[in-house]
Amino acid sequence: MAFTDEQLERYSRQILLKEVGGAGQKKIAAAKVFLIGAGGLGSPSALYLASAGVGTLGIIDDDVVDLSNLQRQILHSTKTINHSKVESAEETISKMNPDVKVNKYTGRLNSENILDIIKDYDFILDGSDNFPTRFLVNDACFFLKKTLISGSIFRFEGQLTTLRPHNVENGPVPCYRCLYPEPPPPGLVPSCQEAGVLGVLAGTIGIMQAAEALKEILGIGESLAGRLLIYDALDMSFRRVRVPKNPNCHLCGPKPTIHELLDYEISCTMPSPG
Amino acid sequence: MSEDAKADVKLDLSGVMCPMNFVKTKLQLEEMDEGQILEVIIDEGEPVRNVPRSVKAEGHKVLELEEVPDGHYRLVIEKADV
Repeated sequence: MAFTDEQLERYSRQILLKEVGGAGQKKIAAAKVFLIGAGGLGSPSALYLASAGVGTLGIIDDDVVDLSNLQRQILHSTKTINHSKVESAEETISKMNPDVKVNKYTGRLNSENILDIIKDYDFILDGSDNFPTRFLVNDACFFLKKTLISGSIFRFEGQLTTLRPHNVENGPVPCYRCLYPEPPPPGLVPSCQEAGVLGVLAGTIGIMQAAEALKEILGIGESLAGRLLIYDALDMSFRRVRVPKNPNCHLCGPKPTIHELLDYEISCTMPSPG
Repeated sequence: MSEDAKADVKLDLSGVMCPMNFVKTKLQLEEMDEGQILEVIIDEGEPVRNVPRSVKAEGHKVLELEEVPDGHYRLVIEKADV
């Protein structure tokens, strides 16, 4: 695949990077990335992945744009209130970079549809706002051996990690269940109505998810696999903590007890208004 | 290397501004094998200050840089194993 002069100019500032070059730009163009949620985290991830020239972006969201989303969900605008989020997302992305193919999925991921929906994508970015989806996505990515870049935000704090238990190049690395074996019981975490978030935090974490995805696509740098990055906007501090693989993990351990996908009850127990 | 050394590929980048002149040089070098010779024509001023430096920074060898008529420069590069 050769680049047009227009594409060379569009991507010139990253082709200039020694670690990218023409070969890297071709990898980016060939990459297929799936975004779970076109909300606070998915918005900046999608915009930067699209601007970098990621060839195919799959986006799933079952929601419509609400006025209260606009404080942080920068794919959407006052004009697209009440429009489907995936439609609104495609519109914004196409305006910014028409090279990108956007595959839209309206609806919710469940144990019946997730494998089929994500199987053709190379990397999965989780920007969902609830635990049942997070566990479902983790388990599906584990079964399909897909690298999952997980982000979450809550109040003034965000978390980010890369999950690729199938890749043991640099020793064993954890899955999401190694960090959190089961979803928390409903009621233990604040409800949707009680949770608040600093909008800009979604940008910080979503953009770092996109950065991790680009590193995975290019095969450069040091991944966050095996580490959890915790960002506190109030202190403006980043902490990187080691997260070991749980040798007794029910999913990725040597004696797994989870052999199929589970649908946890969707309740209003969000870690973050993603 | 002598004046009339044979370039494997020639690229006329006169009138192409920074950094697109280097982007095109870099992409051409990526297509070539180690030891092959690329000759590019670049403009005076900013291009002649920047392109040779960027080529060296990527590890390639600048064999020649000479002024040619009409305010252009001829830059001869040997592709390194990078």
